[in-house]
Amino acid sequence: MNVRFYIWQRATAAVMLPMILVHLVVIFYAMNHQLTAADILSRTQGSIAWGLFYGLFVVLASIHASIGVSNILREWGHMKARLAEMAASALGVTLLVLGLRAVAAVVLP
Amino acid sequence: MSNASDVLQVSLWRGGAEGGFKTYEVPLRPNQTILDIVTWVQRNLDATLSYRFACRVGMCGSCAMMVNGHPRWTCRTHVAKVAQKGVVEIAPLANMPIIKDLAADMRQFFDKWVVAHGAFAGSKTRADEIELIKPAEPARVAVDAAIECINCGICYAACDTVRWNPEYLGPAALNRAWSLNNDVRDADHAGRLAAVSADGGCHNCHSHQSCQAHCPQSLNPTRSIAGLKRLSTQAYLRGDLKP
Repeated sequence: MNVRFYIWQRATAAVMLPMILVHLVVIFYAMNHQLTAADILSRTQGSIAWGLFYGLFVVLASIHASIGVSNILREWGHMKARLAEMAASALGVTLLVLGLRAVAAVVLP
Repeated sequence: MSNASDVLQVSLWRGGAEGGFKTYEVPLRPNQTILDIVTWVQRNLDATLSYRFACRVGMCGSCAMMVNGHPRWTCRTHVAKVAQKGVVEIAPLANMPIIKDLAADMRQFFDKWVVAHGAFAGSKTRADEIELIKPAEPARVAVDAAIECINCGICYAACDTVRWNPEYLGPAALNRAWSLNNDVRDADHAGRLAAVSADGGCHNCHSHQSCQAHCPQSLNPTRSIAGLKRLSTQAYLRGDLKP
């Protein structure tokens, strides 16, 4: 962990925090109004705002998690720095692809 | 030994890394310190016992050991405070290689002070005027809060991050770097900040605060490390720091 990774991890966390609160409010709203999957998709499909919101969240989560996992692999897995960074980068790319796929599934018309 | 209540069961680490604990019976005395116990064993039971001490009054930082699992300065630790049902276990400082018995190899601890630019870098000669430093200036207050380190290695032995990451510079070296980077007379602020912002530097600290919980001088290295993180972040965002 150097200053660059430190700032990226803290900055992504700072942006994700209010986004998580918005996400929780959305979940409570959907439950309270007993929205079905079809109701939700009718609101999200074609919505640029929801696409950008969850797309950004996926990017931030991928960066944040990969830096954290790299640290865990080094400290608890006793991996060499290069190997830990490669493994964590692979995880980050996987999260990014899976997350963006999920966003696309609910946003694309 | 006549009376069980007058006797301490003391387990001392013997040998190197592959060694083990050996138990001794030591007479209990009023106001006895852990260092008194170790010294009594060496003088009365086994002269081959190796350990390190110097001043015996909490100034030199030489006699730190693990006492019942916690790093402590043994010359200022009273047996009555730490004995658990008449039993005391004493081992060499954790997170350092064992030389023999209770003596830990502190080279990596001091080497990391050098890596963290722990030496004062003066910029003046004896012909220059003496720098006027006001005690109430915020930078000097920060120095004063961090400066009384006696290099005992207790914070280093208490640190989880040191245990997990051997490259981590550790609380003492980083605390020293913080005190020097707040010293207006020092001329190596940028070089030192780069050194403590690299891999193994201040950003590895998880803020568990074991260092400040165990520091015999009541210093707070976690706060110093947080200060370095702040300085480092500001320098990086200004473009002054390129890791």
